[in-house]
Order: sequence, then structure tokens, then C-alpha cells
Amino acid sequence: MKKGFARFARNRGALIGLVILTLVIVIAALGPPLYPQDPWRMVQRPFLPPFTAPGLPLGTDALGRDVLAGLIHGARVSLMVGLVSTVVALLIGVPVGALAGYFGGWVDDALMRFTEFFQTIPSFALAIVLLAIFQPSLFFIILSIAIVSWPPVARLVRGEVLSLRSREYVEAAVLSGQNSRQIITRQVLPNAVSSIIVLASLMVATAILLESSLAFLGLGDPNVMSWGYMIGAARTVLRTAWWLTFIPGVAILLSVLALNLIGEGLNDALNPRLARRGE
Amino acid sequence: MNKVITPLVLAAILATTPATGQEAGGTLNLVIQPEPPSLMMGIVQNGPTQMVAGDIYESLLRYDSDLNPMPSLARKWEVSEDGLTYTFHLQEGVKWHDGEDFTAEDVVFSADVFLRETHPRLRATLDYVESIKAPDDHTVVFKLREPFGPFLGTFEAGTMPIVPKHIYEGTDFANNEMNNTPIGTGPFKFNEWQRGSYIHLVKNEDYYIEGKPYLDEVYYHVIPDAASRAVAYETGTVDVLPGGSVENFDVPRLTELPNTCVTDAGWEYFGPHSWMWMNNHKGPMTDPNTRKAVMHALDRQFALDALWNGLGKLATGPVSSSTRFHEADTPSIAYDPDLAREYLEKSSYNGETLQLLPLPYGETWQRWAEAARQNLIDVGFNVELVATDVAGWNQRVADWDFDLAFTYLYQYGDPALGVSRTYVESNIAKGSPWNNVAGYRNPEVDALWEQAALSTSDETRQELYTEIQNRIVEDVPVAWLLELGFPTIYRCNVQDLVTTAIGINDGLRDAWIEQ
Repeated sequence: MKKGFARFARNRGALIGLVILTLVIVIAALGPPLYPQDPWRMVQRPFLPPFTAPGLPLGTDALGRDVLAGLIHGARVSLMVGLVSTVVALLIGVPVGALAGYFGGWVDDALMRFTEFFQTIPSFALAIVLLAIFQPSLFFIILSIAIVSWPPVARLVRGEVLSLRSREYVEAAVLSGQNSRQIITRQVLPNAVSSIIVLASLMVATAILLESSLAFLGLGDPNVMSWGYMIGAARTVLRTAWWLTFIPGVAILLSVLALNLIGEGLNDALNPRLARRGE
Repeated sequence: MNKVITPLVLAAILATTPATGQEAGGTLNLVIQPEPPSLMMGIVQNGPTQMVAGDIYESLLRYDSDLNPMPSLARKWEVSEDGLTYTFHLQEGVKWHDGEDFTAEDVVFSADVFLRETHPRLRATLDYVESIKAPDDHTVVFKLREPFGPFLGTFEAGTMPIVPKHIYEGTDFANNEMNNTPIGTGPFKFNEWQRGSYIHLVKNEDYYIEGKPYLDEVYYHVIPDAASRAVAYETGTVDVLPGGSVENFDVPRLTELPNTCVTDAGWEYFGPHSWMWMNNHKGPMTDPNTRKAVMHALDRQFALDALWNGLGKLATGPVSSSTRFHEADTPSIAYDPDLAREYLEKSSYNGETLQLLPLPYGETWQRWAEAARQNLIDVGFNVELVATDVAGWNQRVADWDFDLAFTYLYQYGDPALGVSRTYVESNIAKGSPWNNVAGYRNPEVDALWEQAALSTSDETRQELYTEIQNRIVEDVPVAWLLELGFPTIYRCNVQDLVTTAIGINDGLRDAWIEQ
């Protein structure tokens, strides 16, 4: 474990990413209690630029709402959407991939054709369609993102399981009388976990982007302040109040960048043979 | 004495002398948003159709900004003492765009045959009409079954467009091929329609008013994106942005451009009036105290300033101030959060989460719903916005599946034409988002509405409508918001663009470009 972190830390980008992400998580966790200003509350004149009004360091939006409050409360929503939808996607993708890879044959065929069915539809378009059918609420947004993001997980896990299931220790487990469920959960999956973690960190980033894009298009939950909503609501005033799109845009950029850097670092740490490719 | 008379005489001379400085010629470019489904105004009456086809078709009358009738296809008219007979004397020498003569028979055909079949809103009015006759080629007589106060207000181009009998008689109106190349009597003729790009109208050389129209041709540009429409104005592609064609947030920036004028006139006939439906059928809004709490919780001045750029007015009740018989002195519905809290205290409201439907017509309405939700939360309500598209909004409102819902409707100049439909009990029916959706029931007020519509004396009607407005405001069946101001943005050298109560819809007849 210590060795793993050392390898992770050798990637300077990953360290920077970790610092940024920690910051975002701290803001998301502690921000709302420490900065309890309701982000929907209209507190001042609309369109105050940043650094012009005392108590409103980032200015106000089209309705005179505090941009800083929106940013802080939005962090929580963006992170939550990213994490929860990734967990849900893993819950769908990992079993599908594991079953397909382990059993092969017609099970594999059936599950992979089902997966391909989702993969042939562009994921963003599918998410829009799903949200147009459901009502855009936080629950359905997370569900839609999960539904469009599980197929890569299934494919990755299937590939890993396919290569692992022919190893000797799996055969030994079969001989020792373990059933398939035990073999998959105890022998195969734990060895695939490093790849899944790397993929998951990137999926969180994608989910945050997806949520922001949906909110930008007006398909966000209108009762929840998120960064994507802030950008979407401000795009009509892009030319007169650029900071309203710029500030949450930077927040999204930094978070997604941080997650990608961390993903890269995790890859170095968990797949040491690949990590030394640069040396 | 002289001093008084001279300006009057001068004004009279100015008003009757044509061509005082008007310059003929030029091309006018306007934006049309969205693209109309058809230009046959007898069949399709949505906003963009009326805006373009109002230059092609005409009706018997036009209306000034105070809704006084002015001559159009009728040069003069008389109303009998009993209010049952309306006689119109038509202009002479009017020709259809295909060269045929326009006669009283066309009017009879349009009102009695064509529009009765195709125009639901006019059909309701025509129910009062017993017969429409043409004693000679230039006279039309409408005989009513019973007096109908607002009758003289229904001869607007979009309400009663006169269509050519020689083209439509005996045909299937909706599928007549000529619908694609509309023939009217108006100042401009249809020339070309490139779908998705532009509609081109040209001057009617044979127009019956000597010298008019001044413009040679008119282009209505179809530009689907609001930001692109603003850019089209900035780059000079278009000269006129009719109300509602750019986002409100862009209006202040555009009006600061050189040679740019803005007006919110030209909507008086429509009187777009916005309010929040409150569900009187079921749920927390059945309690008048809860409704009053909502009414007083809404900071409408803020919405007017922040979202509508100060264009428009605070509504005082069900009738718009540009509509006839408006009563300004109704019980106060002003923003007063403390009063709202008091009413909420008295009410049976128990912290239920209210479902608020924003109007899905773009960013301004979305922001407005967010501001309103915040106002309501501030006085102690729990409110949740429900995101819908247009179809979803229509369905939920029509099914009474909401607690609060934004909307706005036109008033057509007269409470009997455009206001009573929202409040009378006979108009409560699931399935339409445009009737008495709130479910307001007050038999006494219903009786007053009926009495007022059937009266022909303006004084009596004013008394009745004042009473009605006071009573309804007391009951707050809905939360009135703003009399919407739709700004028309145009180059200042385009003159006389908005001169009537329907603005650009029929304004190009008199418009001219100062070179």
C-alpha cells in the first residue's frame, strides 16, 4: 500500500489532482454549513460583477443571487451526482461483465448484445431522451447518467474476467469445490479491482460533465443548484455578464481535470508494470 | 379663442394631409419568430401568422391604441339605438390581390360561412349574430339576436380577416391550394416563402389608399436562435425585432445601439396579461387565505425590473389597463411579505410542498419561476418547481395537476372577449389549459359577467365591470402578475411603424423609411 502511494506520488499531476479534489470535497462537505447563504435567495441587485460588493466576493447573477453560494452548494450536487451515478453504473456494469466473462457461451453473447444495444446509441443523446421521458429530477438525472455509463464498465470487467478465469488459482478454486458465485466474488473480481478503480475515477469526471451538459440544456433539476445550471442560466447573458458562466465553468474544469489526473496516478499506482513505461 | 383653435386646426390639417414628409420606397427587414405554420389567417391565427398576414388580409376596422375603431375596409359604420343592427359602408374601388373586385359579398361569405367554420374564437362572438346581409355591393348589415357590448371590437384583422369568396366558395377551406399563396386586400401582396429562411411580400400597387403603402417590399426573416436574431439586428440584416423575438436580457444592450428605438406600444388590443394559476379544485390553494398569502408574497416589481427590463406594468386585477373597462381602484394586491405571513398564519396550510409549473417559454419565464419560488419560501411556503416542456405544461394545466402555474393570455380589448373566459363557472372543463383552469366559482359574479356582456351602454358596462373586478380581486382565484410589455426594437428612421393597437401586425401600411 505504501509502495502504491509512492508510485502515485511520483506522478506530480496526480498529486495536484488530489489536492484540488480534496479541496472540492472539503468545500462540498463543509461549505454549506460554514456558508449557509441559500444559493436561490435573491440578496442584492442583479448582475453585480465579482469583487465589487462587500459580502458578495463573486458577485450576483441575473436574479441577484449570490454566485459564491451557488458555487459552494453546486459543488455538493456535482460531486454527489458524479459519485452516486458512478456507483450505480458499477452496480450494473460489474455483474454484467463478470457473468459474461466467466460463463462465456450464450450468456456472454446475450449480455454483450444487450450491452452493445446501449453502446450503439450516443450516450449523451440517450441521456437526453431518458430525461425527456422521466421528469428531470435529481433521482432521474443520476439514473439516466448511470444507464448511459455502465456499458464500458461491463466490457472492461468482461475482458479482465476472461483473462483471469484461465489462471491456475481459479482452476484450483474450482477443484476445491467452490461454486461460481464464490469464485467470481472471491477469486476473480478482487484481482480486477485496480482496473475498475481507475475507470471509476474517470467515470466520475464524465458524470460531472454529463450532469453539467444536461443542466446547461435546461434538463437539470430546477430545484437543485448545480454548476451546470449556473452556466445554463447565464448563457443568455454571456456577453453582458461573462463571469456568470466563467466562474462555474472554471469549477467544472478544475474538478474534471483533477479527477482525470487522479485516474492517471491511480493507474500508475495500481498497474506498476504499465507505470514504468516512461522510465 | 384663437389660441385654442389654431393647434386644433393644425392638428386636423396634419392628420388629413397625406405625404407630409413620408418618403416612398425602400425595403423593410423584420424578424419573424417562430416561423408561422401558414399565412392563411382565416384558418391559422397564431401570433406569427397574424404578424405577417396582417399586411396581406384586412378586416372592416382597425383600432387605435385606445381601442377606438378606425376605418379599414369599412369607411364608416352605424349602430342602431337598440344595439342590434350594425351597418358598415365599405370602401369603394378595393381589389383583391388577383385583380377581382372586393364586394360586400366577400364580407358576408367570410363572416357567415368561412370563419364560422374555421375560427373558434370568432365563432363564440358570431353566436350572437342572427344574420349577415349585403343589401348592395358596398354595404354589410350585421343583425344580432341580443345586444353584445364588445361587438364593435371584433373587426380586427386577426379576429375577422376578410377572405376572397371567389377563391374559397364551395371548396374545402383547410385544403384549398390557394392557402399557400394567400390573396387578400391588404397593402402588401404575398410573393415568396422560402421555408426556414424568409417570407417576401411586395407592395400592392393597386391599394385603395392613394400613395400607400410607402414601402416597396418587406422581408420577414426566419432565424431560429434568439442570440442570432440579436446579432442579425446588430449587423444590419434586419431593421425590426418584433416583441418577443430576443431574450429580455438582450433588450437593454440592443436599445443602446445607435439609431435604435424601442417601444412597448402596439399590444393594446391583445393586452397580454400574466398570472399564476392557483388550483381552486383541490389542495392547499382551495383556502382563500392561502391564496392571499401567495398573492402578497410575490415581489412583482422585482420581476418587472430584473426580468422584464421595466417594460410592462404591475397588474391590478383580472383586467389589463389597456383593455376597456379596466378599474384601477381595486383592493390592493401589492407585495407585502408581512401581510402574506399573516394570511398564511390564518390559513389551513400545513407545510405541504406546492408544485409550481413555470411557463416553458424560455429563460425569462424560468428565472421568474425561480424568483417566485424564493418569494414564497421567504414567507413560509414549501415550493418545488416542476420542469416540463410545452406539451407537458399544457397537459398538466389542462388536467388540473398542479398547485401553482404561470401563464399569460390575451384579452382582445374587451373583458367579455378575453377576460370572462378565465373566471366564469361555465368555462370550467378539464382538457384545455386556456379556460377557467383555476376552477373559480362565484355565481353572483357569473351573473354580473352575463349582464355586462349583454349591455350596450358603456356606462352600465363600466359599472358592472368595476363591480366584477372588485369582487374577483377580493376572492383572488389566481395571483395576477404583470401586464407584459413586449418591446419592439427598430431603427429610428423607420417611421410610423407602430400606430395601432395591434402594432406591427397591421402597421406596415403606414410605415416608411426616412432616408
